[in-house]
Formats: sequence, C-alpha cells, structure tokens
Amino acid sequence: MKSAKKLSLTKIAWLSIGVLYFLVPLLATLQFSLQEGREGYGFGAYTYILTDPLFRQSLLFSFLLALATIVVSMLLLVPTVYWVRLKMPRLRPVLDFVSIMPFVVPPIVLVVGLLTLYQGAPSWFVATPAILLCGYVIHALPYVYRSVDAGMEAINIHTLTEAAQSLGAGWGTVLLRVIVPNLRVALLSGSFLTLTIILGEYTMASLMLFNSFAVYIAYVGQSQANPAAALTLISFAITWAAMLGLLAVTRRGSRGGAEVQAQIGGAR
Amino acid sequence: MTTVLLENLTKSFGEVRALESMTLEIRDGELVSLLGPSGCGKTTALRLVAGFERPTGGRVLLDGNDVSTVPPSKRNMGMVFQAYSLFPNMTAAENVGFGLRVRKESSEKRSRRVGELLEMVGLAEAAGRYPHQLSGGMQQRVALARALAVEPRVLLLDEPLSALDAKVRGQLREEIRRIQTELGITTLFVTHDQEEALALSDRVAVLSNGRLEQVGTPPEIYGEPETPFVAQFIGTMNRLEATVTGPGHVEHEGRRLGVDAVRDRSAGEKVLVLVRPESVEISEPGEAGNGHPRNGMVEGRIVGRSFMGPVTRVKVSNGAAEAITADLPSRNAHSLKIGDHVSARFDPANARVLSLDE
Repeated sequence: MKSAKKLSLTKIAWLSIGVLYFLVPLLATLQFSLQEGREGYGFGAYTYILTDPLFRQSLLFSFLLALATIVVSMLLLVPTVYWVRLKMPRLRPVLDFVSIMPFVVPPIVLVVGLLTLYQGAPSWFVATPAILLCGYVIHALPYVYRSVDAGMEAINIHTLTEAAQSLGAGWGTVLLRVIVPNLRVALLSGSFLTLTIILGEYTMASLMLFNSFAVYIAYVGQSQANPAAALTLISFAITWAAMLGLLAVTRRGSRGGAEVQAQIGGAR
Repeated sequence: MTTVLLENLTKSFGEVRALESMTLEIRDGELVSLLGPSGCGKTTALRLVAGFERPTGGRVLLDGNDVSTVPPSKRNMGMVFQAYSLFPNMTAAENVGFGLRVRKESSEKRSRRVGELLEMVGLAEAAGRYPHQLSGGMQQRVALARALAVEPRVLLLDEPLSALDAKVRGQLREEIRRIQTELGITTLFVTHDQEEALALSDRVAVLSNGRLEQVGTPPEIYGEPETPFVAQFIGTMNRLEATVTGPGHVEHEGRRLGVDAVRDRSAGEKVLVLVRPESVEISEPGEAGNGHPRNGMVEGRIVGRSFMGPVTRVKVSNGAAEAITADLPSRNAHSLKIGDHVSARFDPANARVLSLDE
C-alpha cells in the first residue's frame, strides 16, 4: 500500500512537471496576446488577425492544398499498397524504404531538387500551386503510407479479395466496395495527419513563393508582436482540433479494428 | 448441373511441386473431399479450380470446357474460406446479397433471395447484424449462404470448419451436407480432418506430397487402403511388416500368422499386413478367443489404456515389437489394467495386405 501511494505521488509529480512544461509557455503567450498597452487587456490582436484578409486567404490556400494532397496521396498509395501486399509482397521493403525518404531528405533539398527537375516545365505547372502539391505529396508520404499500410495489415485483404472475386467482382469493385470501406479509419488517420502537417509546412511554400498559412504566421511573427502571439494560439487551436479529431476517430476505429483482428485471429 | 474434371493438373511454385499430375472427376451433384496432411497440395488444387492460381500443366474442365485461364470472377463458383471472410463493413444480409448486387440483380430479387438463403442456414433473424456481432459458426453459415446466393455451378469449401469448436463443427458439417444434398450442387471440399471427410463425402480423394494416393467412397478408403500412406493416414492401423511363407500364412518377427489376403501371393514376398484396432481382440495368453480359429499376434503386457467413450483403446507390447493397438468395447475392457499379461489376436479374414516388393 505504502509503495503504491509513493508511486502514485511520483506519478502526480511527473505529470505536474509535464503539464507545467506545456502550459506555462502557452499561458505566457495567451497573456502576451491579450495585452494592450501597458496595463490593459483586450482582444484587439485576435480581432486584427481574424479580420485580416491575408489570414483567411492563406488559411484557405493551405487548407485546399492539404485537401488536394490528401486526395492525390490516397489515389496514389491505396492501390499501390494494396497491389504490393497482394501480388508483390517482396517489394514491401522497397516501399518501406521509399516512404521514409522524406524524413531523410530535408525539405530545402527537396525544393531545390523539384525546381531543378521541373525547370522548363509549362508555366501552368511551375507557376501554380500544382508544383507545391507535388512537394507536399512527397512530404506527406511517410504518414499516409504508414496509415494505409497499417489499415491493410488489420484486415485480411487476401481472403476478402478472393471472396469478392469468387462472387463475380472485378478489381475495381473489390477495391472500392470491399477494401476501401474497411480502411475508413486508416484513411481518416492519414488524412488528419496530412492536414496538420501541410497547415504547418513553411520551407517549401516560402522557397516556392507561395503565401501559405505557415508563411503568413512567419510574416506576422516578424512584423507584429501581439498579433503574432494571437496567431500562434489560433494555429495551435486549429492543429489541436485536427489532432483531437484524429484521436476520436482512432479511438472509435480501434474498437472496430480489434473486432476485425479478433475475427481474423479466430480463423487461424 | 456441372461436372468438374481436373486433368493431369500440375502446379509448381518455383522449384517446389505443389501438385503433381492430378486427375480427378467430380460428378454432377457429388460431394468430393480432398483429404491430406498440411502441405499435401489439397488447397492448391482447390485454388486451381477456383481460378486463384494458374496451373503449370494440365487443365480444369467444367462440363468439358477448359476454364484453366478464365479469371475467378467469371467462373461462377461459390467459395467458403477457412479464414472468416465476411466483409466487415456489411451486414449479414448485405454480405449474402453482394454477389447479386455485383450481377446487377433487381433489389426485389436480391432481398427475396437473401431472405431465402438466410432462412436456409437458420440465420434469418441475424440479417441486420455485422460480422463482428456473429459467432464463428454463424459467420461461416452466412459465408455459405453468400456463396450459394449467386447460384454457383460448383461449390468450393476450403476447410470451412477448421476454426470452429468441435460441437459447432459437427452441427455445421451436417448442415452443409443437408444443403448440398437439397440443392444437388457439385461440391469440392478440402479438409485435413479424416473424420469430417469420411462423414460428409460421397467420395474421398487422399493426397500426399502433391500426388493423389487413392480415390474412393468413405468405406473403401477406410476399409481398403491401397497405399501404405492411406493405410497410415486414415484412422489408426496396426502395420506389421511380414514375409509370405505359404498360402494364407506370413511370418512376422519369427511368429507365424494366418492372413487370408495372402492366399494368391508367392512365398518369399515382402508384405505389409494391415489390421484395424477394432479387429483386434485381447485375451488371456494361449486362449483361442470366442471359439474362432485365431492367430496369436503378440503376447505381451498392456502398456497403454485410454477410455474413449464407447470403446477403450489398449496398447499391447512385448518390448521388442511395435505396440499393437486394440479398440475394445468399454464394457469388456474395464477389467484390463496396465501391466496385465495378455495376447492380442486378429481374425485372418480381417487383415488387408499391401506388397512391399513394388
């Protein structure tokens, strides 16, 4: 009993340190963002940010780009991972290796590489967010790949595919009506992660001269102190909302996943 | 209805020969089991029939038409898998109706057929449940209904009962046979469980190392094994290596035994004498046993005794030879104890013989 009590006190102590570590800077930022003049407090900085057309434009730009990244990544990776798992399992280590490359190659190197590669490409591509989309798909690859791969691991794609085929389904039907609906949680997890990452991506957008949300944050941070603090908290809230969404989906999915696992495990 | 012919079917995976020139006909409305140990090629044969694998050699014929290169989605065969294969995102009814939806059947026909089939497998009340809300046995029933919904030409069952507990397995086995007989559908059933194969099938095909060892009715497979493998694999068998010494007699480890099945064999031929445990009797040493002219097989001590319900299995060994197994009615075996000195005998007419000289 005594040791259990001690342990519990130790836990509380460590938890408090952790909470303080995260909360103190946030509270300081909040206090600074609300400060108006020497002694007064108000929401002026927040009003400034929320009414700034650049804020909405950059947020919308990054949000739409994140959605496009999610769509392209899924269209690219779901059939690829499915086919490799089903027909070419020997290629899985290669896919695993390729998927971690964006962690190894710094974004600045990636941008230089992309710009060099697409030198001479038509202006509708290099002068529009399409080129940034290419970079973002590569940037999001590790997260989307891991999510999709884990989702496929949780369901018995071989048996489900063969069962659907024996009932007359072609490849398209198998993928769209059987495999993808059972990857719902994995795809949502990958999507939320991608959204969060793209909303905060600065290097590529800045070097390619696009006014993304992260570039706007950096711009405000360099020019206006109090609105910068307010913007930090707003972007923090957006990120947290996405992360909580991910958590909720994963929790709900983990129950379904456990059920799927139990079914498959029980059959062996 | 449909006849399936596997003609010289061969399948290799790289250097490994999974199936070696297998020829087997499954007649219209017949249930044939492919029986064998793990890795013998039975599932490979089934997958070749289903179209999930392409043969390295030979052909699969459906009513005389070669379907070896036809994709699985075009073969119109229903299949129930070993692993639970219901689509987790669909209810039982949606699973059963999937094949009909793919075939673009009207929703009216679909719901009528789904209702009929769920009724047939006794799960009408579970139509709205998802797979994770169903037990293993219920899932396999729904899988069977799903396979039958598309009115397949052939039903393929890949060890569908192996994941179930013994009681459910027994019930579902009977149900599969009832439905198969009712519909008269040509069926290929893969199993490693000999009891299942013998209980369920019109004919059993025994495989070993990718080769077909024997095809026959369950009584033929059990009572008249044609190869040493079948003799060993099906049921329990006492195997005595012996030499023919004269008409109706062999010599086994210096002991003369009467075996009717060697009457036409020449003296000096090496044979394997096969005797089922239920054909062996246990008596006091030197007794003739029930007044019949018996042959002493082994005199020794009881080294094992297992109660198995209606019968008790007794093992007799004289120390040197392989122990002889006898299945005795339990009511006659209660007085036998481990260590008792007894004689194990069999009727000369109940022994089967395979030549070892070939």
